[in-house]
Amino acid sequence: MAEQVTVQEVSDAMYKMIKDSMGQKKWKATDLTKAVTELFGDRCNKDLTKAAIRDLIENGKCVYTYFGGSFIEIPHREGAEN
Amino acid sequence: MAEKKRSTPQLDELEKGSWPSFVKEIKTAAEKNPMANDLLGQLERSYEDKISHWKHGGIVGVLGYGGGIIGRYSDLPEEFPNVSHFHTIRINQPAGWFYTSDVLRKLCDIWEKHGSGLTNMHGSTGDLVFLGTKTDELEPTFNELTDLGFDLGGSGSDVRTPSCCCGMARCEWACYDTMALTYFLTMHYQDELHRPAFPYKWKFKMSGCPNDCVAAIARSDMSIIGTWRDDIQVDEAAVTEYAKSGVDIQKDVVGNCPAKCMEWDGKKIKIDNKACVKCMHCINAMPKALAPGKDRGACILIGAKAPIVEGALLSSVLIPFIKLVPPYKELTDLVEKIHELWAENGKNRERVGEFIQRIGMGNFLEAIGVEPTPEMVAHPRENPYVFYEEYFEEDSEDNKNA
Repeated sequence: MAEQVTVQEVSDAMYKMIKDSMGQKKWKATDLTKAVTELFGDRCNKDLTKAAIRDLIENGKCVYTYFGGSFIEIPHREGAEN
Repeated sequence: MAEKKRSTPQLDELEKGSWPSFVKEIKTAAEKNPMANDLLGQLERSYEDKISHWKHGGIVGVLGYGGGIIGRYSDLPEEFPNVSHFHTIRINQPAGWFYTSDVLRKLCDIWEKHGSGLTNMHGSTGDLVFLGTKTDELEPTFNELTDLGFDLGGSGSDVRTPSCCCGMARCEWACYDTMALTYFLTMHYQDELHRPAFPYKWKFKMSGCPNDCVAAIARSDMSIIGTWRDDIQVDEAAVTEYAKSGVDIQKDVVGNCPAKCMEWDGKKIKIDNKACVKCMHCINAMPKALAPGKDRGACILIGAKAPIVEGALLSSVLIPFIKLVPPYKELTDLVEKIHELWAENGKNRERVGEFIQRIGMGNFLEAIGVEPTPEMVAHPRENPYVFYEEYFEEDSEDNKNA
């Protein structure tokens, strides 16, 4: 059986996906889960992805946003606030 | 110190009449709160311009949470600077909405200190709603709320704050302990409540009997409605009392039974309980004489929603009868299967009811491992979504042999 990836590895991969597509795509938690599951295969599982999202949010690297639905984004000054 | 009193001729119209007026309450708050004063000004402008001047959504929240704060900004911040930010805070209400007056005073004190002082008791979600504060005040408000033993509720694509009727606390018709189940679900789904991880919102609403006082059948993705599976309890002497006191049992009780399962011979009432659809009409009409049966539990229904992206849906039967007792394992196992399927395959902003319509009820049931039953059929000769493969196999065997 393949060795599992760590929460940090999953969290870093998620952060890169969000950063690389900033301004082009908004990521939902389910999209991120699917994307890292595809990336890491059976080395990753649902609990790991949940922990990784929690890590991103609690470390302040990402925030939840709401634009018709809930998304995970890198913090930025939003248009509505201006 | 409040600013100059605003002229609000259009809003003043909403104060007329004998019913309570939100304008009157905002004006009272405006005497000492500048946010409430600017709110009056912006509302008046909206009535003049016939357009909302709020911008909705955005980034705001408290650290670690993805729900509970609804961002709101004015699009006229120069004109109404005190409501340039006017965020809403949803607070997880106690099950059944029971508070002590002391706690209510403390909640109001917190809100007068950090926000507009305006509340909505309660929002249509069931939450206690604090209306209007600035971004900088969110964390301090949250900290004081948690010190008082309160937490934020749900918003966005998460499990929304579960809500219920007052159940066994005040109602003799309650067929299961709605408050206990609401508390359990709130605690069990804390992660899903605070960290949005679904295609769209998911609402649990618990009603203790088919009167459905929280309108679960119309508003919740999973409606858990109390019911019974034995016979309606009848107190013959009390029925006679109703008849003597002038109740027209034939016309007002038996005649209004939608299942036509009751008979009244002028002395005794007879109920064909197998045909009863648990509408509660007879029980509501003669509450001292009739009561739900003793074998009580709940019916689980799925898929209701108000019209947002698509039209409104009522929920339909998923589990006709379940005994709801702690630790509620059967229920959480079912919910987990549904969440997993919907989170994996649901489209963005697709409620579970719409998801079921898209993939078909038969496929949905097969995916979550629930057998189809006649109770799931909403109307006779409709819902042709379940195909009995065994039947088709037998049929093709018959054709071969013919």
